[in-house]
Amino acid sequence: MPELFISLSVMVLLVLGVFKNNSSKIIFYFSCLIILVSLAINLNINITQTIFLFNNSYLVDQLSLFIKSIILISAFFVMFCSYNYVRVNNILKIEYPILILCSLLGMLVMISSNDLIVFYIGLELQSLALYVLASFNRDNILSSESGLKYFVLSALSSGLLLYGCSLIYGFSNSTNFNEISQNFNFEYGVIFGMVFVIVGLAFKISAVPFHMWAPDVYQGSPTSVTVLFAILPKIAALTVFIKFLYGPFINLFEEWQAIIIFLSIASMILGAVAAIGQKNLKRLIAYSSISHMGYALAGLTTGTNQGIQSSIIYLIIYLIMNLAFFSCLFMLKRKDKFYENIEDLSGLSKKHPILALSFLIILFSLAGIPPLAGFFAKFYIFMAVIQKEMYFLAIVGLLATVIAAFYYLRVIKIIYFDPEQEKFDTSMSLGLKLTLILTTSVILMYFLNPNFLNKYITNILVI
Amino acid sequence: MFPILSSLIILPLIGSLFLIFIRSSEKNTSLKYVALFITFANFFLSLYLWKIFDPSISTFQFVENRIWIEGFINYKVGIDGISILFVILTTFITPLCIISVNSTITYRLKEFLIAILIMETLMIGVFCSLDLVIFYLFFEGGLIPMFLIIGIWGGNRRVYSAFKFFLFTLVGSVLMLVAIIAIYWISGTTDVEKLYELGIQEEYQKLLWLAFFSSFAVKTPMWPVHTWLPDAHVEAPTAGSVLLAAILLKMAGYGFIRFSVGLFPLASIYFVPLVYSLSLIAIIYTSLVALMQEDMKKLIAYSSVAHMGFVTLGIFTFTQQGIEGSIFQMISHGLISAALFLSVGVVYDRLKTRQIKDFSGLVNIMPKYAIVMMIFTLGALGLPGTSGFIGEFLVLMGTFKKSIITAAIASIGVILGAAYMLWLYKRVVFGSLLKTIDVKKMVDINKYETAILSSLAILIIVFGFYPEPLIKTYATSIDNFINTLNIPTELSLTEKIK
Repeated sequence: MPELFISLSVMVLLVLGVFKNNSSKIIFYFSCLIILVSLAINLNINITQTIFLFNNSYLVDQLSLFIKSIILISAFFVMFCSYNYVRVNNILKIEYPILILCSLLGMLVMISSNDLIVFYIGLELQSLALYVLASFNRDNILSSESGLKYFVLSALSSGLLLYGCSLIYGFSNSTNFNEISQNFNFEYGVIFGMVFVIVGLAFKISAVPFHMWAPDVYQGSPTSVTVLFAILPKIAALTVFIKFLYGPFINLFEEWQAIIIFLSIASMILGAVAAIGQKNLKRLIAYSSISHMGYALAGLTTGTNQGIQSSIIYLIIYLIMNLAFFSCLFMLKRKDKFYENIEDLSGLSKKHPILALSFLIILFSLAGIPPLAGFFAKFYIFMAVIQKEMYFLAIVGLLATVIAAFYYLRVIKIIYFDPEQEKFDTSMSLGLKLTLILTTSVILMYFLNPNFLNKYITNILVI
Repeated sequence: MFPILSSLIILPLIGSLFLIFIRSSEKNTSLKYVALFITFANFFLSLYLWKIFDPSISTFQFVENRIWIEGFINYKVGIDGISILFVILTTFITPLCIISVNSTITYRLKEFLIAILIMETLMIGVFCSLDLVIFYLFFEGGLIPMFLIIGIWGGNRRVYSAFKFFLFTLVGSVLMLVAIIAIYWISGTTDVEKLYELGIQEEYQKLLWLAFFSSFAVKTPMWPVHTWLPDAHVEAPTAGSVLLAAILLKMAGYGFIRFSVGLFPLASIYFVPLVYSLSLIAIIYTSLVALMQEDMKKLIAYSSVAHMGFVTLGIFTFTQQGIEGSIFQMISHGLISAALFLSVGVVYDRLKTRQIKDFSGLVNIMPKYAIVMMIFTLGALGLPGTSGFIGEFLVLMGTFKKSIITAAIASIGVILGAAYMLWLYKRVVFGSLLKTIDVKKMVDINKYETAILSSLAILIIVFGFYPEPLIKTYATSIDNFINTLNIPTELSLTEKIK
């Protein structure tokens, strides 16, 4: 299992780091390798039915295997494309890759958990590593602030979540997901517990009204950590969302549907409106990811297989777009200084036509304009939503895309229509270029075969 | 069978890919010739298509049906007598745009040509697609290149105009997307041909119609959502204005016929009063606004709104004459508005101003220009013998059958149209030459401009005297189209309109 492999190798790396001087570079490469190996292990697990381990508290099924692969692949690309940034900004210490591996381990555990306690352990392992990563650039006051902020708020949400778990345990006599859904009786205690759990999870995916931390943390953390924040915890937390809502809480469908619809609509609208005034690209993408999470949640409100499917597709396309966006961000370097304000992009298209074109494709895709991948992501979501005749949600969601289109267009305007500035560095690491080319071409070419993810995910959800 | 429609769609795209790999030099002649070659090849291909097209069959021809998303959406393209004309219009106008690039685009020529070619792909796709989702993809995809064309190569207020264009269109279109998905869940398919057969239940029709209407009304554009058009036209470079006026607006008219009326006939009848009143307001109000314009491009932009008012009026008469007239009006407006924008481009290139007061007495120094401009002006006001007349005449005839008052009010629009066009011509071309005009700069039209403008002028006159080839192409299709609409008996229809 990849979890075991990662935890063993983290220990080995720690020992290596202690005994060998200047080993940070080697450890970075090793961690990339470890991620790849665990991906290979994960892909090699071939199961035909769900396997329960450790007294039913841990499960391996097709869905969790699939999401794990997605997480490992994106973690690899995150490491791959951020190496240059990490090196230049002097945060390449031995702890950095090890912390990433730890948080990765936490996510994998979280996804596979089938028990409230195991779930909580995974969640906390993930979060603790991320607190440290957020403040990793400790000479920078913003970075320290963001780490502290994330820690305080996240601890609060973890407390709520834990309280919810205890309520659920109290009223259903078990911490195991299967048993919770069996011992189910409609008591308010369980509903309260469920609401607290949802709040805790909504915090992790930064859905409105639990989004306050996102913009500050995104801006303050080093960009290489921001990309991590933008992608990995969201996939993990949303998968857990699916597992909770469609597992132990499926009998409470009517109760949680209203909550999720509210979270979804609020996130879509606030994410779209609040991003308009932003000046920092990382803050902008923070609000953009808030609104994207709103769309992903919209798929979950349907209660159908199709809805879950569309949410997972949305997540995958979202992560590809974010990866592409951050690769572009990593390229904005001029003499060892990275730029992240929107104004810095001014007139980019004249000196760097290809980078500007990638930005253009990515931003239009984020805005959901056909025929780019972002459109299909939204398309599937609204297919599922309209199937259940939730027209209000669909229309609000689509109008929010129009508002959101405005701020993406503003960035495009600055890139293409505004006067040019000094040139950025052109020599980029191979990993960065490769990531950008790969992700952008996926976004651009997605319309050729928009069905391949669906087919795959349908098979997974059947089992 | 050779997939001729797909080749028409893909060819410009391949051309644009090819352009990416050509190294751009300052002279840039090779770029232009490559683009020109591709668009001309596409034009001849579409002419060949017209030749082998059989106008006596009313069903869709050259249909290609490929699985795109399994069990859900097929890539389905095909044309009938209505759409083929728009395809040819597109392939005809695009090379003219590329020729006109010569003097108007001074920087980033390569990107401009790529944008125009991608635009052509998307526009042809719109007119060919027989699946709602495919249609939506092409329809919306056009926003990206047009946004860039206005924003990068436009005038002073280009950013404002580009944003306005993009956001207005997007708001309308997302509602259409909701409707398309809803149709899928109601009928189980988005295939247009199948939907024609199945029909859509009456209770859903009105809402779906409104959703489609919101998209097409913005694009047409109808009053009161027309305000993006003058801005976009004024700021866009000449080639962009031409594409906008000649083809992009026609997408909406085409959409009205093919989707609004075709899919929701009952709702269309229900909403006739709404469409009539909006069209009449568009015709009268924007004509009056056009009278007061001081910018030539803005004047022509407002006249476009008025002309498109005739189009929507004609479509919603549901009569043979009305719909035929609308289509003819669209084709002829495609030619005339393209010609007018190109002529404004000619003088703009020379003096860098579009204000009417800066020009006077051009006939003294540019006689050839005065002649072609005269033909276009007369075409725009609908003089018999030009293509503009036939369209308006048929539309008014169709309208007269349904509602005399509406037809009478619309006729006032024709008079107003004559007023603002002739006044424009008088102020710009006649009179004595202004002293401020630099005679050295105002040379008569060169051979490129002559080629473009005279080919348009010839077509406008030819179709004015001999509209047969166009009418013959779409007559059977429209006949069949009207017969297959589930319109209740004539009596109840007229009652509802009253």
